[in-house]
Amino acid sequence: MTQADTPGTQPELNPEANPAEPPPEVSSMGELLVSPGPHLWRGLSVNRIMYLVVAALLFPSGAAVYFFGLRALAVIGVSIGFSILTEYACKRLRNRPFIMDGSAIVTGLLLALVLPPTIPLWMVALGAIFAIGIAKEAFGGLGHNIFNPALAGRAILAVSFSIEMTTWTAPAGFGIDAVTTATPLGESFVWTGSQTALYHAMFFGNTGGSLGETSALMILIGGGFLIGMRIINWRIPTIYIGVVALMALGMGEDPLFHILAGGLMIGAFFMATDYVTSPLTNRGKIIFAVALGVLTMMIRRFGGMPEGVCYSILFMNAITPLIDRYTKTRPYGVIKKKKVAASAS
Amino acid sequence: MAIILKKRGSPYGIKVPENKFSEKQKIKVMPLPERLVIPLQQNIGAPCQSLVKKGERVLAGQKIGDSDKFVSAPIHATTSGEVTGTTTVVNPPTGALVEAIVIAPDGEDKWVELEAVTDWEKLDVKDILGRIREAGLVGMGGATFPTHIKLAPPKGKEIDTVILNGCECEPYVTADHRLMLEAGEAVLSGLAIISKVLVPKQVFIAIEDNKEDAIEHIAKLIKKAGYDFQVAPLKSKYPMGAEKTLIDLILHREVPIGGLPLEVGVVVQNVSTAKAVHDAVIEGKPLIERVVTVTGEVKKPQNLLVRFGVPIGKLIEHCGGMKPRANKVILGGPMMGITQFELDFPVIKGTNSLLITRSTTIEERDCISCGKCIEVCPMRLMPTLLARNAKTGNYDICKENYIDDCFECGSCTYTCPANIPIVQYIKVAKKELMKRAKK
Repeated sequence: MTQADTPGTQPELNPEANPAEPPPEVSSMGELLVSPGPHLWRGLSVNRIMYLVVAALLFPSGAAVYFFGLRALAVIGVSIGFSILTEYACKRLRNRPFIMDGSAIVTGLLLALVLPPTIPLWMVALGAIFAIGIAKEAFGGLGHNIFNPALAGRAILAVSFSIEMTTWTAPAGFGIDAVTTATPLGESFVWTGSQTALYHAMFFGNTGGSLGETSALMILIGGGFLIGMRIINWRIPTIYIGVVALMALGMGEDPLFHILAGGLMIGAFFMATDYVTSPLTNRGKIIFAVALGVLTMMIRRFGGMPEGVCYSILFMNAITPLIDRYTKTRPYGVIKKKKVAASAS
Repeated sequence: MAIILKKRGSPYGIKVPENKFSEKQKIKVMPLPERLVIPLQQNIGAPCQSLVKKGERVLAGQKIGDSDKFVSAPIHATTSGEVTGTTTVVNPPTGALVEAIVIAPDGEDKWVELEAVTDWEKLDVKDILGRIREAGLVGMGGATFPTHIKLAPPKGKEIDTVILNGCECEPYVTADHRLMLEAGEAVLSGLAIISKVLVPKQVFIAIEDNKEDAIEHIAKLIKKAGYDFQVAPLKSKYPMGAEKTLIDLILHREVPIGGLPLEVGVVVQNVSTAKAVHDAVIEGKPLIERVVTVTGEVKKPQNLLVRFGVPIGKLIEHCGGMKPRANKVILGGPMMGITQFELDFPVIKGTNSLLITRSTTIEERDCISCGKCIEVCPMRLMPTLLARNAKTGNYDICKENYIDDCFECGSCTYTCPANIPIVQYIKVAKKELMKRAKK
C-alpha cells in the first residue's frame, strides 16, 4: 500500500452500486484524486534527514582533512564510493529499486571517520562492502538492519587487520610525512606537555586517532546542529557521555580525559543515535545510553582493548529489540481501567 | 473567579501550518440551488425512514425522515419545495450507501410554524431533550452522535463537568471560530441550556490561542450575561480539540480505553452544537443549516451558512471555483477529512469544512524506527508498532497494544519521514478486529 494518490481510483465502495446521478455541473477540473488522510505531510523525509546528517558530518570530516591531509580525503572518498556502489549492486541483486536516499553516504562517511588515516585503501573498500552488503542489505536494507553498518564495518576490519587498524599517525596536515604515534588511550601514549595543553589538543583534534574522532569541537558542532534541528534526541549523547564521566570519576580516573579521548564523542553523537539501531521510546533511549556508558568504561578499564565505544554500541544494538519490548509507552486511559477493574472485583 | 483560566499546552500532538485563510471572512448565506439532496442518515446510529412521497410539497423545517430506533435523529426539509424523488449517496465516514430525498426548491423558502419559547428556564429537562430530539440535533464537531442521547447520561453516571469545544484544531477550518465571534450569545445560551440539563459543577469553554479574539469575545459575553462559565485557553497544537486531549489537559482525567468521556463525569459539546441547542430549544428551529468553511485552492475562501442538501460542487462554484491544478476535494479538515470523488455529494449535519487542495505523490518507504510517531501520538500509543503489525496482519498484537485507543487523528502519519500511511493501516486493522469480534 502506498499513500500515493492514484488518479481516478475509487474508494473501497463499488461505484457501480451507485445509481447514475446527473453529472456534477462543476466537473471541468477533470478527475478528482481520492486518498486516505491526513492530507498534509510535514515533509521531513528520510532523504532530508540523511542529508542533514551528512551536513553535520562535514564538520568532523573537515577536521579530518585539516589534520590528516589528502590521505583523509582519499579514505573518505573510497569509503563513500564503495558504500554507494555496494548498495546499488545489492538492490540490483535483490531486484529492489535503488533509491539515492543518502543513507549509503552516511554509512560511508561514518565508516571513514572511524578508521585510522594510514589504512590501505583496499581495506577501506572492503570495510564499506561489508558494512553495506552484510550489515545493512543482507538484513533487508535501511530500517531492517540490527547493527550500525559503519561500526560493523569497522569491527570486521579491526578483527581482520589488527595491525593496520591500530597504526596511528600524528596529525600533519598537508605535505609533511606522517609520523607514527599512539592515541591518548593507547598504553604507549606519552604526553610531555602540560595537562591543559593535552585537553586543548584533544578538544581541537591535534592528537593521533581515527580520522573524525580527534576533534571534539567539530563533533560537538555537528551533533549540536542535529540536536537543534531535532533530528537526533539529546538524551542518548548527553546521558552516554555523562555516565562515562561519572564512571571515570568513580574509578579514580580523569573524566575529562575519558570524554575527549577515543571515539566516545563521535560514537555518542553519530553512532548511538542511529534511529534504526537504537530504542524507540525515551525510556528505552535512557536505558540504552546508561548501558553504553557503563560498557564503554568497563572495556576501557578492564578489557583487553584500549577503546570500547565501537563494541559497546554494537552490543547494545543487539539488545535494542529487547529494550523496545520492555519500554513501551503507557497509553492514555490504560492504567485507569485496571484500577477500575480491580476496585470492581 | 477568573473568567479566563491560565493557558495550557500539551507535550503531544503536532504543530501544523494553520492556513486559516478564511478567519476574517464574515459568515455569508449560501444561495439555494435548484436541487437539494438530503440523505436520510446524517448521524451515527440508525438511518431514518422517509415520511414523504414523490410529488409532495414540503416546507422548510418540516420533518421528512424519522426512526423509532434509540440512537437516531430526525431529518428535516431544508427549504420549501417539491419532493422530486429519491436517490442514493455514499455516506462519507462509513462508505455505506444511504437513501436520500431530492427536493426541488420553490424559491419561496416558506417555513413550518416554529414553536418558540419565551422563558426556556420553565421547561423541564424532559421537554428540553424532547425539543432537541425533534430538531434533529447531532454533534456537529464531526462525530454526529445524536445530542439528546449524549445529554441524557445513563443512571449512575454523574456528570460534574461540561466542556464546550471551540478548539477547531484542524488547519484551514474557521467555521466555529466565526460562529463564536458572530453568534457568541446564542452559543452561550445553548451552553446554559445544556448546563441546565446536566447540572455540572463546572463548565469550561476550550478555545485555542490562535483565536485570541474569540477568547476575549466569549469572556466578555460571559461577564455581560453573568454566566458561571470559564474560558480555558489552550496553546494551538493539533489535535487539541480531541475530547480525550481536552479532558486530560483541563481536568487531568483519563478516559478509560474504549470508554466515553461520561465515564469520568464529562460531556464535551461542540460550539456549533450549542448554537443549535439554542435554536432548537428557544426558537423551536430544527437543524437544517450550518456554517461551512470553503477553503484551500478556491478563488475566494469563505465561511458560508449552508442548508443541508446543497451539493459541494455548488459551494466551490460560489467561492469562485477551484484554482488551476487543484485536484482534491476533502470533506472536513486536512487531517481527518475524507476525499470525495464526485462533486454532487451534499453538505450534511457533520460537514464543517470543504477543503480543496493540490495533491502530491510520495512513495511509502520502510520504517526507520525514528520514533517520531511515538513522540507526537496524543494517546501515547506506539503507532509504528501498530502499523507494522497491521501491515503483516498480526491484528492480535495490535489489539494487545491498545489499537482501540487510537482515534485516527493522523499526527503520526503527518510526521512520518518514511511517509507510511500509519492511520490507514490502523483503520484497516480496527475494521478487521471489529469483524472478528462480531463473529
